[in-house]
Amino acid sequence: MDFKFTSEQEALRREFEEFCKEEAKRAPEGWGGGMQAEATDEGWAYHRSVVEKAAKKGWLCLPWPKEYGGQGHGLIEQTIFNEVTAYYKVPAVPLHFMTVAAGILEYGTEEQKKEWLPRMARAEIDWAELLSEPDAGSDLASLKTQAVADGDDYVINGQKVWTSGGHHADHVFVLARTDTDVTKRHRGLTFFINKVGSGIEFRPLIFMNRSHMYNETFISDFHVPKQNIVGRVNQGWYVMMAGRNFARANIGVAAGAKRDLEELIEYCRKTRVNGESLASNPLVRQRLAELAIEIEAARQFAYHVSWLQGKGQDVAAEAGACGYFSLELSLRLANTAVEIMGLYGTVTQSSSWAPLYGKFQDQCQWCAGYTIAGGATEIRKNVIAWQGLKLPRV
Amino acid sequence: MNLDFTEEQEILREAARDFLAKEFPKKLVREIEEDPIGFRPDIWQKMAQLGWIGLIIPEEYGGSGGNFMDLVVVLEEMGRACLIALFFSTVVCTFPVLDAGNEEQKRDLLPKIANGGAIFALALTEPSARYDAVGIATKAVANNNGYVINGTKLFIHDAQVADYFLCATRTDLSLSPEESVTLFIIDAKSEGIRITPLHTIADDKQNEINFNNTIVPRGNVLGEVNRGWPVVIRLLEQAAIAKCAEMIGGADWTVENTIAYAKERVQYGRPIGSFQIIQHYLAEMWTETNHAKRLIYYATWLMEQGLPCASEVAMAKAWMSDVYRRCTRVGVQIHGGIGTTRDHDMGLYYRRARQAACLFGDADFWRERVAREIGL
Repeated sequence: MDFKFTSEQEALRREFEEFCKEEAKRAPEGWGGGMQAEATDEGWAYHRSVVEKAAKKGWLCLPWPKEYGGQGHGLIEQTIFNEVTAYYKVPAVPLHFMTVAAGILEYGTEEQKKEWLPRMARAEIDWAELLSEPDAGSDLASLKTQAVADGDDYVINGQKVWTSGGHHADHVFVLARTDTDVTKRHRGLTFFINKVGSGIEFRPLIFMNRSHMYNETFISDFHVPKQNIVGRVNQGWYVMMAGRNFARANIGVAAGAKRDLEELIEYCRKTRVNGESLASNPLVRQRLAELAIEIEAARQFAYHVSWLQGKGQDVAAEAGACGYFSLELSLRLANTAVEIMGLYGTVTQSSSWAPLYGKFQDQCQWCAGYTIAGGATEIRKNVIAWQGLKLPRV
Repeated sequence: MNLDFTEEQEILREAARDFLAKEFPKKLVREIEEDPIGFRPDIWQKMAQLGWIGLIIPEEYGGSGGNFMDLVVVLEEMGRACLIALFFSTVVCTFPVLDAGNEEQKRDLLPKIANGGAIFALALTEPSARYDAVGIATKAVANNNGYVINGTKLFIHDAQVADYFLCATRTDLSLSPEESVTLFIIDAKSEGIRITPLHTIADDKQNEINFNNTIVPRGNVLGEVNRGWPVVIRLLEQAAIAKCAEMIGGADWTVENTIAYAKERVQYGRPIGSFQIIQHYLAEMWTETNHAKRLIYYATWLMEQGLPCASEVAMAKAWMSDVYRRCTRVGVQIHGGIGTTRDHDMGLYYRRARQAACLFGDADFWRERVAREIGL
C-alpha cells in the first residue's frame, strides 16, 4: 500500500490551495460556504465570480476527456480538488454540474456533447434539478410529472419540489414520465435538459433557518425539443444514475467539517467558562477528539472510494457508506458545537453576541437537511445492505 | 498512490487463512481458554517454519525481512480466527529489540525468536493499570552483580510459557518517571519470579508476575539506562496498531458471519436479514469497520515509512476499540439468544473485543492523545 500522492498531484494540490486561499479572502463577512451561495445575493455574486475564475483555469471539468474541453485527470485529482475547495469553503463547482455532465458524457450524442459540455466548462450554465416531487421523495421512481410527444417537442406538466438554487438557474434538467404505465416505474422515465422558459415557475420554499435555497417548481406546458433528451426515451433513470455515479467519493463534507472543527477548537482555546478554559475540560477534549478521528476516517475512506472507482470497481455500497457517514458526522459536529457553546451557541448571525457568526446553529439546521437530500441516510443504508451485503430485498 | 495490498500480501493472507483454519480451529481456541498453559509447541514450530514469527526481523538476523503491513495482514487473519497464541506477545517484544537492542543482543535474540526458540512476554503494565511512565513502580537497583528487580507486573500475556520477559522498571526515583525507566530482558528461569494466572473476560492467558530480588546481568539492559521510556512510547504505538489489525480481523468475521446468519434465520416467515432494522444495523457495522480499516492502514503505512504518526496511531486505536465493541455488541443482538451462549462463537468475539479495546491504551487514553495533537 502506498498513500503517497504523485508529485504532479502534490503540485496540483498546491495550485488549488493558493487559488482558494486567495479567493477565500474575498468572501462576504461570515461566509460559511455551501448553501449560502444560493441563499443571499452577495453570496451568489461571490459564488459566480469564483466559479468563473475556476472555469478559466479549466478546473470545472478536471476528469472530462480532453476532446470536450476537460483536463483528462483521474478521480484522485478530482477528489483533491473537492477536498481543497471544501476545506477553504470556496464555491468552485456549480450545483448539479457533475450530474448533468456525467449524464451527457455517458449517454449524450456527439452533437449534445459538443453543444453543452464546452459551455458548461466555461461556467455559462447554472442548472436547477427537477427530480423530487411532493409524493416522490425517497421513492423517486414513483414520480408523476409527465412528458408527452408533440411534433418536434415534448410537452411537460407536473410539480417538482426541493429545487435547490432554482431562483438563480438559467437551465433545468427534468426527470419525467414518458410511459404512463406506472407499474414500469423507473423504466418509464426520460431525462430532459433545457433552458428555463415559459411553463417553469419557481416558488420559494423557505428553509427552517429562513434561507431561500429550495423552491417548489410548477411545470405547465413546458416545451423541450426532442434533441434535448439525454439518452433514449424511457432510459432517463440510468442517465440520472450515471450522473450520480460519476465521482462517488464525497470528500467535501469531511473536508468542510475539518475546517469547522479547527474553528471550534480555536474557540474552545480562547473561551473560559467558570474560570476554566473550555479546551481543558476533559469532556470537551474527548468529544472534539472523537470528531477529529471520524473526520480523518471519512477523509481516508473517500480517497479509498475514489481509488476503487478509478480501478473500475462498482462502488455503490461504498459510496452509500461514504455519503451517510460523513453527512451524519457533519450534523453531529454542528450539534456538538452548539452544545459546547451553550446559550451562546444558539445566537444567530444577526447579533454581535453570536460566536463565529452563529455558524454552528446555522449548520445545525442545514445539516439536518443534508442527511435527507440526495438520498436519505436510510436509503443509503438500504443501498449498502442490498447491493453491498446482498441482503434480501422485500 | 496505491491503496491495494500487494500480490505477495494477498498470497500471505490466503496462506494464513488456510493455515489457521486447519491448525487452529475454534475447538482449539476453546481448549486453550480452559487450559492453564495453552501452548501448542507443534503449531508454534510450524509458524516459525512459515517465517511468521520472524516476519518483521531482517534477513541478516534470521528473519523473513517483511514490513509492518505484512505483519498487519497476518494479524488480521489471527484476529479473524480469534487465535489465542504467543505470537502477538513475542512479535511485539521484537520491536524494541530491533529499535533499541545492541548488536550483541540482536545477534543473540533475533535468530532465536525467528526460529521459535525464544518466547517473549511483555512485562509492562502493573497494578496501576496505566500505560504511562507514572504507572511503573517496579524498581531495578544496581549492585555488583547487575540489577536487583522488585515489583509486581499485572495483565501480562503469555508469562506462563515465556522464555524471556521484556520488563519496564524505574531505575532512578530522583528523576521524573519519563526520565528514569529502564528496560530489561529477563530470563524467565531467573530466581525470585512467581507467576500467577489472571482470568479475564477473554481468558487469553494473562498473569501476575512478582519479582522478588530477581538478579539481572548488566548486559540485559535493553537500550540505555533511564532512557527506556521513549522506546516504550514507540512500542505502544506499534503494539496498538498490531492490536488494531487483530481487531479488524475479528470485526470482519463478525460482520460476515452476522450477515450470513441474518440471511438464514427465519422469523415471521422470512429471513430476518430482509427486515430493514437488521439491514441498517449490518450496513452500519460494515461501514464503520471499513472506515476503521482506512485509519489503520494509513497509520501502518506512515509507521512503515518512518513518518510522524502519533496522531494517526491514536486515531486508529481509539476508533477501532469502539468500533469492535459496537460491532460485536450488535452481532450478538442480531444472533439473538444463541449468540449469548458460551458455545457460540459470536460470544467469543464479543468477549475478545472488550479485552482488546483496553489493551495498549483504551479509547479514552488515545482520544486524549488526539486532543493534544489537534491543539487542545
